[in-house]
Parts: sequence; structure tokens; C-alpha cells
Amino acid sequence: MIPAAFDYYRPTKMDDVIALLKEHGDDARVMAGGHSLIPMMKLRMAEIPHLIDLQAIDGLNEISIKDGQITIGAMVTQHDLINHAGLEAAAPILREAALQIADPQVRYMGTVGGNVANGDPGNDMPGLMQCLDATFALVGPGGERSVAARDFYEAAYMTAREDEEVLTSVSIPVPQGGYAYEKQKRKIGDYATAAAAVQIVKEDGKCTAASIAMTNLSDTPIYSADAGAALVGTAVDAAALTAAKAAMLGDIDPTEDNRGPVAFKKHVAGVILARAIERAWSRA
Amino acid sequence: MSKKMHIKLNVNGKDEEFLAEPRELLIYTLRERLNITGPHIGCETSHCGACTVTIDGKSVKSCTMFAAQADGKEITTIEGIGTPDSLHPLQEAFKEHHGLQCGYCTPGMITRATKLLEENPNPSEEDIRFGMAGNLCRCTGYQNIVKSILAAAAEMNAAKEAAE
Repeated sequence: MIPAAFDYYRPTKMDDVIALLKEHGDDARVMAGGHSLIPMMKLRMAEIPHLIDLQAIDGLNEISIKDGQITIGAMVTQHDLINHAGLEAAAPILREAALQIADPQVRYMGTVGGNVANGDPGNDMPGLMQCLDATFALVGPGGERSVAARDFYEAAYMTAREDEEVLTSVSIPVPQGGYAYEKQKRKIGDYATAAAAVQIVKEDGKCTAASIAMTNLSDTPIYSADAGAALVGTAVDAAALTAAKAAMLGDIDPTEDNRGPVAFKKHVAGVILARAIERAWSRA
Repeated sequence: MSKKMHIKLNVNGKDEEFLAEPRELLIYTLRERLNITGPHIGCETSHCGACTVTIDGKSVKSCTMFAAQADGKEITTIEGIGTPDSLHPLQEAFKEHHGLQCGYCTPGMITRATKLLEENPNPSEEDIRFGMAGNLCRCTGYQNIVKSILAAAAEMNAAKEAAE
């Protein structure tokens, strides 16, 4: 498999990246770990005349936790996430989710930035970031701006990022309470048939806050505010679980593919969400 | 055709310099340009792990990296792990415990396992199965592959203790 020819750039300054994007427009793409883009280039489903490798840009692979805020640079890999002791303490759901992405080799290369910016509905980080109410920092010719993860995804591979912008970091308020990232997949390395990210807060035996997002069940990740709301004020009993599942099923819109027909996907989504809620509640 | 690039790699301790198109995948650089044929092409779609090499301390599928990305980096392939006269403990263990049948996946398996044991010198069977999940064996000889890695870990730990 040989991709179409391209020019390769490895700039060391973000200004140079933006200049290349301005110069070449649609013909240029930035690359982080390349483990989504290179397979597409090899299949010639993506043709990128100007490929901009971000590996030499300073400051994109840092993780900081301060003042209740976690900031993760776009070039932080899944492997880095999994092995960061501070993150494991502050937001263990990140590690739980990252361990379910792809396989060890891919996790050494696959990045948080690539995973959230790509816009592939199969990627796990977008739903997770919606659950955690993350904010994405974008740098472009006009400076920096931020977009909420819950507003970022428009359709498959279509996001709020402009062609001349680069996603540089992800910020997350330190999550509270119990957590779970539950994923059903056919084999290691597969995308989810259904996956659920859940954060849940318990006080005096009652749920006081819950955040729920689903992966690969629509052409974007789905943050289901109604599913979370169905749990609040309850003891997360069977009735509440049923209500949350029903609310979630009202928000997703799966399509038939090689992972199964629509009815099956909805069934799996319900099972996975129930498991995620139960596990998160047990940890709350 | 795009412009060729001047690329420098250090492969198994040896500096290599050449001109290549940016689209050249690292596995082809290793196999066809440098005649380092230990890393194999299995699926060529980032799944099977037969092309696994170590790059700056990471296990990487070399079918999913351009040589241009690896410019300036240190690469270790199975050829840099042991010699026929002095096998690495993993190679010895694979031989001893029948950790290979056809042998096609073995260079990738052993290269990946060196990194796994470096990060986790005392893995459980489950740790090994999870840590080796990016490498497929078409002969499905996983049982003996896991056994070999467990044996190599014990051997390496015993040797380390004896040296201390």
C-alpha cells in the first residue's frame, strides 16, 4: 500500500504550521500520531499533498493539573494518559477509557488531540470529553479561541474547527464522584458497537449530578442531558436506570453497518449504559 | 512526484542516511532499502503487529509510520535484540517453549515483548495477554507465546538478582 505523493513538513513553531495551512488550504493537513490519517492515506481515501507533522512543536505534549482544571496537550498520547499518576488520581475515567482504545502499539502513537479533532464517530475521546464537559483550544490565523466539546461535533468528520486552525489542547474541570467508561467491541482494536461515559455524584444515597455521553451511535458523539437528568434525585434504582436508558435511546441515531442492525445497536447501547451507570454509582 | 528528502536513522546502533520520498513507509525502508528483513509485512493495515519495531522507546507498527516521521530517531528491530550465538532470553524462551509455529509473527512478538518486559518486569498472564494484544498469531499459538514471555521474565529477573 503506497499513499499518493506528498510534501512533508516538520515545523518547530505553531506560526509556521498556521502559515502552511493558510498557504495550502484544503491541500494541507496536520498530523499528530498519524494512526487515523496514515491508514486513510494508504487506502487512498485521503490524499494530502502537504502533510504537516506536529511532532516537533514545543508545548503540545504537556499535562497539567491545577486550580481544579486539567489541561492535556494535543500531542499527549494514550500511552502517556494511561501512565500519568496525577491524572489517574484526578480523573481516572481518562485512563479507563484510554486502555480500551486500539492496542498497545497504537496507544504509543495515538494522541488525545488527533482522537478528538478527527471527528470520526468511532473515536472514544470525543464522547468522553463531552461527558467531562471539556473545552478544546484552537489556534488559527486570528489567534486562539475555545469551543466546548459539546458544541464541537457537527457530523462525521465535520467539526467546528476551521481548515486553518489547529486543536492544541483539551481542558477539563476535575471530575467529581464515580466514573465508568464501558465499551462493547468485537475484538481488541475495534471501534465500539456502543460505548458509554458516565460521571455521577452521590450525596446521602441520592444522585445529585450525572453526566452521560455515548460513542459510535450517531454520526457524532451524543451527550445525553436527559439521560443524566433521569438519574438526578434518585437512588439510581431500577426505575431510574430504565428512565436513563429510555432518555439515551431517544437521543441516539445509530445506522446499520458491519457491527449490526439498528435494533441490535440500540439493545447494546442500553446494556452498556446500564453497566456504566451501575459501575460509576458503585464508585461514587 | 514530490521532492525526495534526506533522512537519517539509527537502526540497531548503525547510522543510515538516504534520500527517499516522504510517502515511503518505514517498513519498506527497513526491508527493501536497508535489507533488514526481520520486521515482516503481515496485514499492512496496523492490525497484526508483524512489523513492530522499537522507536525511541516505543513499540511502533512500522507499516503505519513514514520514514520521514522517523527521521533523527533510534530504531531497534529483531536484528538488534540478539544474535544466533547469543540469543536474548526472550528468543531462548520462545525456542524452549515452542512460542512459534510458522514463525511469521515472531519478530514482531519478541520485539514487542522486550518493551513489555522493560515496562513491567513481573507481568501476570493477563498483563501479557493485554500487553501483547497488538500482535496477532495466525497459527493461534498464543498459549505458548504467553508461556514463553512468562519464562523469559522469570529468567531475566533471576539473572538480574544474581548480578546484584
